[in-house]
Amino acid sequence: MLVWSRSGRATTATIALVLFGVLYGLPIAVIALASFAGQWNSVLPSKPTLEHYVNALHGDSLENLHVSVVTGFVASLVALVSGTWAALALRVQPRTARRVLDAVFFIPSAVPSVSVGLGLLVAFSQPPVLLNGTTMIVVIAHFVLISAFTYGNVSAGLARLPVDFEQVAESLGARPFYRLRRVTLPLLTPYLIAAFSLSFALSMGELGATVMVYPPGWVTMPVGIFALSDRGAIFDAAALTMVLAITTAIVLIGLARVPTRASVR
Amino acid sequence: MRAELADVAPAMATPAQRERAGVDAASSGIRFDDVTVAYNDVVVLDSLSLTVKPGEIVALIGPSGSGKTTALRAVAGFVRPLRGTISIGTRDVTNVAPHARNIGMVVQNYALFPHMRAEENVAFGLRARGAPADVIRERVPECLRMVGMASYAKRFPRELSGGQQQRVAIARALAIRPQVLLLDEPLSALDAQIRRSMLDELARLHRDLPSLTVLYVTHDQTEALTLADHIGIMRDGKLVAFGDAQSLYRYPPNRFSAEFLGRANLLPVREVATTTAGMARVRFGADALIARNHHGLPDGGECLLCVRPHDLRLSPCDSIGNVLGGVVKSVQWQGDMQNVELDVAGHALRLTCAPMHAPPAPGAPLAIHFSASEATLIPEHTLRG
Repeated sequence: MLVWSRSGRATTATIALVLFGVLYGLPIAVIALASFAGQWNSVLPSKPTLEHYVNALHGDSLENLHVSVVTGFVASLVALVSGTWAALALRVQPRTARRVLDAVFFIPSAVPSVSVGLGLLVAFSQPPVLLNGTTMIVVIAHFVLISAFTYGNVSAGLARLPVDFEQVAESLGARPFYRLRRVTLPLLTPYLIAAFSLSFALSMGELGATVMVYPPGWVTMPVGIFALSDRGAIFDAAALTMVLAITTAIVLIGLARVPTRASVR
Repeated sequence: MRAELADVAPAMATPAQRERAGVDAASSGIRFDDVTVAYNDVVVLDSLSLTVKPGEIVALIGPSGSGKTTALRAVAGFVRPLRGTISIGTRDVTNVAPHARNIGMVVQNYALFPHMRAEENVAFGLRARGAPADVIRERVPECLRMVGMASYAKRFPRELSGGQQQRVAIARALAIRPQVLLLDEPLSALDAQIRRSMLDELARLHRDLPSLTVLYVTHDQTEALTLADHIGIMRDGKLVAFGDAQSLYRYPPNRFSAEFLGRANLLPVREVATTTAGMARVRFGADALIARNHHGLPDGGECLLCVRPHDLRLSPCDSIGNVLGGVVKSVQWQGDMQNVELDVAGHALRLTCAPMHAPPAPGAPLAIHFSASEATLIPEHTLRG
C-alpha cells in the first residue's frame, strides 16, 4: 500500500473518483443521456424517449449490428488462430529472430488505422487479388489491426507457462501435436479467451480503416454511427453507440464466464 | 499433517500388481559417452562419461550450476549434446526425439497438468502412446495404488498437497513402463517432514520395482546417500567423483568430494609412509598419525587427512588410534547431537557426538581420538574446494 494514513487514503480515493468520473464516466453518461433525449437545449436533456432505441434495433441499424458482430467474430477468430500460431512458432526461434519478428508483429498497432485502410485499398484494388468492394477486405482490415493484440496476449500466456508441463508431456510419449492439443492449448485457454475478447472489442469499435474500405452492403456499427452523426442525428447515433457498447459488453461478459479447468489452479 | 500422511500411507503392491504396473523386466541402463553440452558457447556439461547399470539408482549431486540437471535433461532429450552420445540400453538416443525415448520423468515442481484429474494425469502417457482403453483402465488404478493415491484419483492437482502431487507425478511416470526413470530434484519443493516420508517411499518403490533404472539429480546429500547405489559428484560441468555411496563417503577421492558429501575435517599432513597394506603413517606438525591410504598415495608426499566429525571421539579408541590435542572454541547443542568446534594447531576441527552431560567449556584443552581405519588420506592438490 502506497498511502498509509486514513486521511491520505480518503484524499486519494476522492481524487481518483473525480478523475474517473470526469474522464471516463462523463462522456459515457452524456451518450447514455443523449440516447434517451427528445431535445437537449439546456444543461440536461428533455422529453425523454425510447424512439432512438427503436430506430437502433430496426432496419439498417440492426443490419449494422449484425455486420459488426459477424466481422468482429470472424476477424477475432482468424487473429486468434494466426496469433497463437505465430506466438508458438516464434517461441522456438533464436532470440534475435524472435525479437525482430516480435517487433514486426506489433507494427500494425502503431500505424493509424486510416493508413491501414488506405494501404489495403491500394493493394487490393487491382487484379490479380481484387478485393476492393468486398466483405473480405473489411475482415482483413480488422484482422490486420487486431492481430498484434491477439499475438501479444498469447505470447504473454506462453511466457508464463512453465516449460516443465510440455517437457513432461513429451517425456511421457506425447508427440508435438498431441502435446499442443492436450497440454499447451488447454493451459493457454484463459489467455486465448482474453485475446479473443480484446480482439472482438477492438473490432467492434473499429472505424478508421473500415470507413476507407467498406462496401455499400457491409456497413459496421461505427460506420453507421459516424454516418448518423454526420447527418446531425446525434440522438440516434448515441442510441446506436449504447447498443454497440451493450452488445460488446454482453459478449465479453459471456466470454469471461467460460469455465476453463486451467484457469482455476 | 500427520493425518494427511496417514491418509496416503502406501499400499503395498502384490507381485502381480507390480508386474502389471511396474517397468519391463528387461530394464535398460543409461550410458553417457564423452557428452558435452554448451549453451551459447558456454560449456555446462564437459565430457561426461558415466554408466548407470540396469536396475540401479545413480544420484548426481553437486552445487547449483554444476551440470547435473543438464545431464538429466540430455537423457530426456531436452538439450542436445554438442559432442558425445547418450544410450538407453543398447539404443543410441542422442538424436531421438524426447517422446520416442521411453523415459519417465519427475520434476521438482511435479508439473501435474492442472486441468486434469489425478487419474487423467496418470493416464496421459498411456493415451499419448495410443494404449488400448482396457490397458488404461487397468494400469491407472494400479499405479495410483502403488503410490498410495488410489483414493485421490478424482482430485485435481490443486486439491492435493505437495507430497500427494509428487506421488501422482511418480505414478504418472511409472504408468508408461519407462525404460528409465529420471528424477530431477523431486523432493526439494517439499517440507522436511514430507521429504523424509517421500524418501522412504522412493526407497520402498525401488524395492518393489528392482528392475527400474533411476537417474536421480539432487543437491541434497542425504537423499543421495539414502537412495543411491552409486553417486556421481559434479562440479563446473565435470564429474569429479563417482562410486558407490559408502566408499565415496568413506574414501573421497578429492577435497571437493570430501567437503560436498557430508562434513569433513581436512588436515594437511606430510611425509606419507606406507605401513601395512592400505595404511600409511603421516605427520601433522610434530604428531604422527595413521590413516588409510585407500588411494595409494606415494611415500614422502603431502596430502590431506580426512576424518568425519562423528568419527572423532573424546575417549581413546579400541583399535589403532590417533590422538590430537586441541582447544575448544565453541560448543553447540542441537537436540539429538552436540557439535564441538576445536582449534588444533591452527586448524579448525568439528566433532559431533551424542549430547554430553558436562560439555567442555570454550577455551578448555581437549584431547580428541580417532581410529586409523576411520581416517583416510586424499590427494591435496586435486580439485581444491
